[in-house]
Amino acid sequence: MTSVAATTVPSSPMAPRPCRVRRLTRETHDTFTLEIDPGDQARGFAPGQFNMLYVFGVGEVPISVSGDPAERRQLVHTTREVGVVTRAMAGLRRGASIGVRGPYGRPWPLESALGRDIVVVAGGIGLAPLRSALYEIVARRRDFGNVVLLYGARSPEDILFRRDLDRWQASAGVVVSITVDHAIGAWPGHVGVVPTLIERAPFDAANAVALICGPELMMRFTADALRQRGVATERIFVSLERNMKCAIGFCGHCQFGPSFVCKDGPVFAYDRVERLMELREI
Amino acid sequence: MESLEGILSGHAFFHDLPPRYLELVVGCASNVRFDGGDFLFRTGTEANHFFLIRHGRAALEIAAPGRPPLILETLGEGEVIGWSWLIPPYRWMFDARALEQTRAVALDGKCLRGKCEADHDLGYELFTRIAHVMERRLMAARLQLLDVYGTRP
Amino acid sequence: MTTAPRAGDRAILSVPALGSLLQALRDDGHQLVGPTVRDGAIVYAEIAGLEDLPQGWTETQEAGTYRLHRRDDDALFGYALGPQSWKQFFFAPRVRLWQARRGGNETFTIVEESGSPPRLALIGARSCDLHAIAIQDRVFLREGAEDPDYAARRAGTFVVAVNCGQAGGTCFCVSMKTGPRVSEGFDLALTELLDVPHRFLVELGSARGAALLGRVVSAPASDTDRVAADEIVERTARSMGRTLDTGGIKELLYGSYEHRRWDEVATRCLACANCTLVCPTCFCATVEDVTDLTGDHAERWRRWDSCFTLDHSYLHGGSVRSSTRARYRQWLTHKLATWIDQFGTSGCVGCGRCVTWCPVAIDITQEVAAIRAPEGPKDEPHGES
Repeated sequence: MTSVAATTVPSSPMAPRPCRVRRLTRETHDTFTLEIDPGDQARGFAPGQFNMLYVFGVGEVPISVSGDPAERRQLVHTTREVGVVTRAMAGLRRGASIGVRGPYGRPWPLESALGRDIVVVAGGIGLAPLRSALYEIVARRRDFGNVVLLYGARSPEDILFRRDLDRWQASAGVVVSITVDHAIGAWPGHVGVVPTLIERAPFDAANAVALICGPELMMRFTADALRQRGVATERIFVSLERNMKCAIGFCGHCQFGPSFVCKDGPVFAYDRVERLMELREI
Repeated sequence: MESLEGILSGHAFFHDLPPRYLELVVGCASNVRFDGGDFLFRTGTEANHFFLIRHGRAALEIAAPGRPPLILETLGEGEVIGWSWLIPPYRWMFDARALEQTRAVALDGKCLRGKCEADHDLGYELFTRIAHVMERRLMAARLQLLDVYGTRP
Repeated sequence: MTTAPRAGDRAILSVPALGSLLQALRDDGHQLVGPTVRDGAIVYAEIAGLEDLPQGWTETQEAGTYRLHRRDDDALFGYALGPQSWKQFFFAPRVRLWQARRGGNETFTIVEESGSPPRLALIGARSCDLHAIAIQDRVFLREGAEDPDYAARRAGTFVVAVNCGQAGGTCFCVSMKTGPRVSEGFDLALTELLDVPHRFLVELGSARGAALLGRVVSAPASDTDRVAADEIVERTARSMGRTLDTGGIKELLYGSYEHRRWDEVATRCLACANCTLVCPTCFCATVEDVTDLTGDHAERWRRWDSCFTLDHSYLHGGSVRSSTRARYRQWLTHKLATWIDQFGTSGCVGCGRCVTWCPVAIDITQEVAAIRAPEGPKDEPHGES
C-alpha cells in the first residue's frame, strides 16, 4: 500500500526579518530617515529598490532605500509620514525592532548610462530613492559624462539632504539645481516647477539617460520637457508607486496595466508606461 | 563690445528672427543693468518695457498686507520677463526684483507697439514668440498650482 | 487486465467499484474533496465517499440565477458547476502567514508556521476547473518564486476528473478552448454512462491513475461504450449556452480603455465582488496585521481580496481606481487581456460562474461582444429623463 509523505510549509517569503533601529533623524516637518542594522543577513540592494518595513502589530509598507549601496552594514530609508504605519515608524526608538523584507524591485539602470550624461530629476520625497543612485554615480564618477541633478521641493523648508547636495555640487562634479514651488522673499534661489530647469541644464540630450522620481504628475511633466529637449523616451526612467501588500507579485494589488510595480518596476522606461500614465484610474 | 543686434539675435527669445525684423526691433532696444535688490518694474505702474535677461536672475513677486512678499517664479539667463506691455491696459500686475546683479536688454513697449502697428508681419512674429513664452509659463503655473508635493486632505 | 495499463487507456468502472476507488484513495492518506449538496447549492467540501455526492441532483443556471432541482435519474455527476471552484483548497481563503512575539526594549521575534496540509484527492473536477488550476499554478508556482503555502497544499494532489454530461447554461469552455473534454492535469477521467447498468468509462491520465485503477475491479471498455462516452461529450460541446470571441482580444481591450461600454456596465455593477469570489482563477489577496489585547502577540494573516473593493488600489490618501467603472474595467481587462502578457494564457476558463453569480446578471460574454461592436452614435438625452 502506497502512502503519501507529508510536506511542511517552508520559510515564508512573507515573513519579515526583525532588525534593530540604529537611529531616526527628522529631516523636515513630515519626513524622517531611519537607519537600520541589517544584522547577519544583510542582503545589500541596488539603487531604486525598496524594502517592506513592518512595525509590530501595526502593518507593513514599501519604502525605497535612500542610503549608500556600497555600505552593506547599514540600511537607510527616508519616508514621509503619510499614514498609520509611517506615523508609528516615526515613533520607533534606538534599539527597537523593525521587520524588513526585501530588497525588491527593478533598480535604476545605471549600467545603461555608462559613458553617457545622466540627468537626475527629483521631486519632493523622490530625492530619497535617487540619493542611492547618486551615491553610486559619484563613487564611479568617471564612468559617466555630465551629471546633473535637478531637484524640486515644495518650499525651502522641505529641502532634503542639504549636506549631500552641497557636497555633490562642491566636490563630486555634479551640477545641482534646486527649485521650490513656493517661497517668500528671503529665498535667494530658483522658484518654479522643476521642468523649467530642464531647458537650460548642461547635458547633451542626444546621449543622455534621465532618472526621474517624484509625484506622478511631476514625472509626466518632467518626462515631457526632457522629450522636448530631445532625450529619447526609452532612455527616460521613472519610478512608479502603487498599493502593495506582498511585494513579490502574488497579491495583485500593484498592477499597472500588465505590469506588477513590485517586480516589473518600480523603475520603468518611460516609453513603456507613458500611455498608461496618461489614462485615468488605471 | 558686442553690438546690440548681436546680443538680441543671440538671445533665445529672438533665436532665428529674420534680419529685417531684427533691424526693426533693435531700434527699440537698450542695454540695462540692475543691482541685486533693484526692481525691474513695480506693481501698478505703466508697463512700458519687457526684458530679455542676459545674465543674472529676477523674481516675480507679489506682496499682500501682513505677510512677506511671495515669489511666484524666478527667471534667469535666456528668459523673458514681462508681457503686460503687449496687452491693454498696459499695467504691471506684479513686482520684478533682481536677486543678484542682472544684465538685460530692455525693449521699449510703446516703440515696439508702434512698429507692430505699422508692420503687421513684425507683429505676427512678436506675438507668436510671446505666445510660446506664455504657454510655457501657463503650464508651469498650472503644475505649481497642483501643489504636487503637498499632503492631500 | 493482462497488460499493464497506460495513460490514454480506457476501462469500465461500476458504481461500487468507483466507491472502492475512493476508499483506496482514503486508505492512501488522501483527504477526499468533492461535490456535495449544501445550502441550496452543489459545493466542494470534504467528502467520505459516494454517499456524499449529489446523486440525482442537477441545477439550472442563467445570468444571476442558480437553482438546484432533482433529476429523474440517479446520476452522481449530473450537474455542471457550483459557486465554488477548487481554488479554495490550494489558495486558502484565510491563512496565517506568521506570528510575532514582543520581547523587551521594543524588540520582537517572528514565529513561522509549521505543520503540513493534507494530501488532497479532487473528485469530480471538470475540464474548465482543471485549466483554472493550471492557470493558478502559473501564478503561484513561478520559477524561482513559489508561494510555499500553495505549493504545500498542491503537492501530490490526485485528480479524478469528470467529463461534463451537460453544459451549465452560462459556461463557454468551447470558446476558451478549455473543455468540455478533460485533456490535461488529471489522473483518472470519468464519463458517466447512465443507461443500464449505471457505470463509468474511465480514462487513464497518468501512471498514478493507472496504479490506483489496478487496485479495483474494472472491465475493458467496449467500442460501444467509447462511442457513447464520446457522444456525450460532443453533445455537451454542442449545447454551450454562450460564446466569447477571443480573436485579437488582447489588442481589442488594450485599445478600449476609454470605451463607452465601461460607463454603461458601471450603471449596473454593484462592485459586490461576487465574480471574483466565484472565479476559479482570481488570485488577489490582502494581508491583515492583528494583535491581541495585551499587544504582546501579533499575527499576519492573508485573505482573499478583490479588485472591486475601493481599498484595493488605495495610495496616499485616495484610491487609484475610485470609480466602479475603473474597477470593472480593471477586472475584465486583467482577466482577458493583461493576464496573457503576465502569464502566457487567458485568465478566463469559461466556467460561467461570474455570469451565474452576479446579482445583477452582468454577463462577461455580452460585455466583450459590446466592446467589439462598432460604437454607434451617442444616444440623445430623452426629454423626460
